[in-house]
Amino acid sequence: MNAQQNTGLNFFKFSIPMGFLALAFFAQEAWSALPIEREKLQGGLEVYWVNVQSLPMVDIQIDFDAGARRDPVNKAGLASVVSLMLNKGVTSQGKNPALDENALGQAWADLGAVFTASAGDDRMSICIRSLSQASVLNEAMALAYRQIAAPAFSASIWSREKTRLLSDLKESLTQPAPVAARAFKQAVMQSHPYGRSMSEDSIQRIDARDLKAFHSSFLSACGAKISLVGALNREQVLKIANGLAQQLKPSPRCADSSALEASHGPAHNDTLSASGFEAVKPLEKAQRIHIAFNSAQSHVLIGQPGIERADARYFPLTVGNYILGGGGFVSRLTEQVREKRGLSYSVYSYFTPALQAGPFTIGLQTRGDQTEQAIKVVQDVLQEFVSEGPTQEELQAAKDNLIGGFALRIDSNKKLLDNVANMAWYHLPLDYLQTWSAQVQKVSVKDIHQAFKGLIDPHKLATVVVGVKP
Amino acid sequence: MYGVLFAKRVVLLSETRILNLLQDRQTVMQGKNKIMQYAFKASRILGVFVSIGAVLAMPSWALSPDPMALKAHGIHVSTLDNGLTVVVKPDSKAPTAVHMLWVKVGSMDEVDGYTGIAHILEHMMFKGTPSVPAGEFSKKVAALGGRENAFTDKDFTGYFQQIPSSKLESVMKLEADRFANNSWPDEEFVKELEVVKEERRMRTDDAPRSKLYEQLEATHWLANPYRRPIIGWMEDLNSMTPKDARDFYHAWYAPNNAVLVVVGDVDVKQVQDLAKTYYGHLPQKVLPVRKPRSEPPQHGVRRVSLKAPAEQAYVLLSWRVPGFTGFDQQQHNKEALALTVLSAVLDGYEGARLDRALTQGAKSVAQEANSYYDFAGRGPQIFILEAVPKAGVGLSLLEERLKAQIQKIAKEGVSESELKRVKAQYVAQAVYKRDSFFNQAQEMGAFWARGLPLDTNDLLMGPLQEVSSKEVQAVAAKYFSDDTLSAAYLLPEPLDPKTQKRQEQAKRMAGVGK
Repeated sequence: MNAQQNTGLNFFKFSIPMGFLALAFFAQEAWSALPIEREKLQGGLEVYWVNVQSLPMVDIQIDFDAGARRDPVNKAGLASVVSLMLNKGVTSQGKNPALDENALGQAWADLGAVFTASAGDDRMSICIRSLSQASVLNEAMALAYRQIAAPAFSASIWSREKTRLLSDLKESLTQPAPVAARAFKQAVMQSHPYGRSMSEDSIQRIDARDLKAFHSSFLSACGAKISLVGALNREQVLKIANGLAQQLKPSPRCADSSALEASHGPAHNDTLSASGFEAVKPLEKAQRIHIAFNSAQSHVLIGQPGIERADARYFPLTVGNYILGGGGFVSRLTEQVREKRGLSYSVYSYFTPALQAGPFTIGLQTRGDQTEQAIKVVQDVLQEFVSEGPTQEELQAAKDNLIGGFALRIDSNKKLLDNVANMAWYHLPLDYLQTWSAQVQKVSVKDIHQAFKGLIDPHKLATVVVGVKP
Repeated sequence: MYGVLFAKRVVLLSETRILNLLQDRQTVMQGKNKIMQYAFKASRILGVFVSIGAVLAMPSWALSPDPMALKAHGIHVSTLDNGLTVVVKPDSKAPTAVHMLWVKVGSMDEVDGYTGIAHILEHMMFKGTPSVPAGEFSKKVAALGGRENAFTDKDFTGYFQQIPSSKLESVMKLEADRFANNSWPDEEFVKELEVVKEERRMRTDDAPRSKLYEQLEATHWLANPYRRPIIGWMEDLNSMTPKDARDFYHAWYAPNNAVLVVVGDVDVKQVQDLAKTYYGHLPQKVLPVRKPRSEPPQHGVRRVSLKAPAEQAYVLLSWRVPGFTGFDQQQHNKEALALTVLSAVLDGYEGARLDRALTQGAKSVAQEANSYYDFAGRGPQIFILEAVPKAGVGLSLLEERLKAQIQKIAKEGVSESELKRVKAQYVAQAVYKRDSFFNQAQEMGAFWARGLPLDTNDLLMGPLQEVSSKEVQAVAAKYFSDDTLSAAYLLPEPLDPKTQKRQEQAKRMAGVGK
């Protein structure tokens, strides 16, 4: 086992177990060598990393508690705009001159490294991919720090980007899929920030001062995580992480770090959570929203609020959803909607577990005149699944796939980073990946049945149809 | 499932979105309905000189694809007696493998009236064999812990499974069985054809820019089969029969028309032995004659426009240019490299020429502007510029501004720093590519189908470093006249829900109601 630790992904190099039981066993024994390490720095920044020496490259993800849920109520889209504008120039810093957007683009290209920033509901994520060669990586990180800490947020550039964003937004509203997604989010999440989408008005209201205010409030060390996968030893990792920490200004929010910790824990059901966000409320009754649209297909989205990531039912719902509508070509929904009836090219279901409960979503697209038929099939499949649960045979098939295919979840640096960053963000235990298969293995038919029955009420679904008038 | 690779660009559903349950259920086409940026632009992943030693040590030109050279790049190639090519690239960084079977038949091998049949057959390959009934293939792969899908392109059709490497033999056995024994009742075809039509509606009929691209191709090529959409015209789909799919299968699915590609934690000899066991007994076939169907010369601009519900107008300009056919000193191959660099200089990174000239500053005319060059294919190649105008800017002005960027290079050449930058990007990207077994297998399969050495990526390092400003200037001057241009304009029309135009059309074309 010790021999496996010294060369990164060599921990993978073991004789391949036969069948999932052996793998579960193996997970305990050999994969405990999975060398994920963690460190908390002064100021609150947490570092997670895996030293993988198989390629001379590094993947880094930095997550801030600065997602769209932090958008001011009338300025939906602000977090996204901030992430976009991180790439559009930096101010001068010490002896470093200011760099405009083109100078930044060139600098990254000259290094052969990549910098991206994006905002989800909860987090703003900054990803960097670089060669591990010190001369390249050091420069790449120096550039990344400046973009994170000292973005220019130029008013004239924002004005140009605003025009572009508004145009793209209007364009997206001529397509059925984004129109459906917006209506669905709002119907399921109701007044919660997860239900908001940017609009023409909300984007119009944003000015350069809003970007600066958002940046100084939320891009801070407290609650932030940096995850690294690649050819980096401990010393190199800590140098990078400390370099970032030094750049992050203390934020007023940092003062009360307990509130932040709480914001990562389970939200309370009937009151505001400690993070100041309202709880996601269950739907009170079934709702049907139809948006007439000039498209060949109707886009259908059906769902309810789902679970937060910390929910104890995470694994039963994960395995259950594989059976219902997650498992590629072998799910119940695919079998009934696509394989048996040819109604849709794609039909699926998924949960969106996050710091708070994101939606449970079922989706499909079908020729307009088949819409009602397809909805009926979905309702029947869901009703039966919720009231009766899966069969033992289905559960076994799901476990065979999920456990048997576990290695496919982490067989590249990029995939491993996705997992490590999730562990960091959701405070999952360091042995999360080692115990993942055992957690799946533990799930019973009854667990799934109870979890779905307790969560999903087929009589209170929100159904959004964008397409032909019924 | 079974996505059509429209012009080779594939984006798999985000892995994190769906509870970390990874699935390749569907390939999703993104806004730009084109074109894998083969050398430079794929997600702007770029790089610097890590392997500079290797670059300098490598003879840059006139390399032949001999087995020893391939081995130096970790690629092992052999051929079974029946003509099946077997490619193995062992990599033990993780205990998984990808198994792919590529058939050198795609939409370009179809004939009029049968557009979309290569792709329909790809769907039908999941519908059973005498020993593995409909639906069972996917169940068996799932039970092995695997993920699977397939794709169809103009040049090829491919099938793949990603699996723990211990399961390689099991998926190979399944794949060899359906490759040799695919058969299904007519009812399965009838249902699956409806799925394919839904796929067409989603990808094309409701996606104005995809539709415009489809029209551009149909305009650009008169004789060459690249004129046809991979997914097929709806009327052709409506009249497709089970026999059409069976005939296509029996004609083209032969070991001497296929390659097996395995990348991952595997033993080379063992994979070769397994290939012999499972594929070795399949009989060779005499393949249908492939007529050249070469495109006659073009002498004058061709234009097409499409009215569709949209907010933004959109222009696509495409010119006929040479493609890369091999590592020799022929002029068209050197030109293909220069065109690769040209595309990267125009649009290979944030703030490259098209961004600066068209989207920035007081006189900007575009919301976005991009360039694409496909580099290689079984058929002829095109070089594309595309742009979305700013409000109030006409498409013809935008077209002029796009062309002006090429003309500027034709007149002045490009700077040394630009050259250095785009070449450096290629070198680093070669490192990043090795992070994914899947991508490595996919690239090798495509190289094989297009008649290029399997280690083309490695071999390109040297020649690309040698491309000069003068060569870039020369191709910019030579290939971008209006005489070989095809231009497509998307003209937005209001989105009037009352007209329900597309729905009515969809129903009519499906033969439902009036």
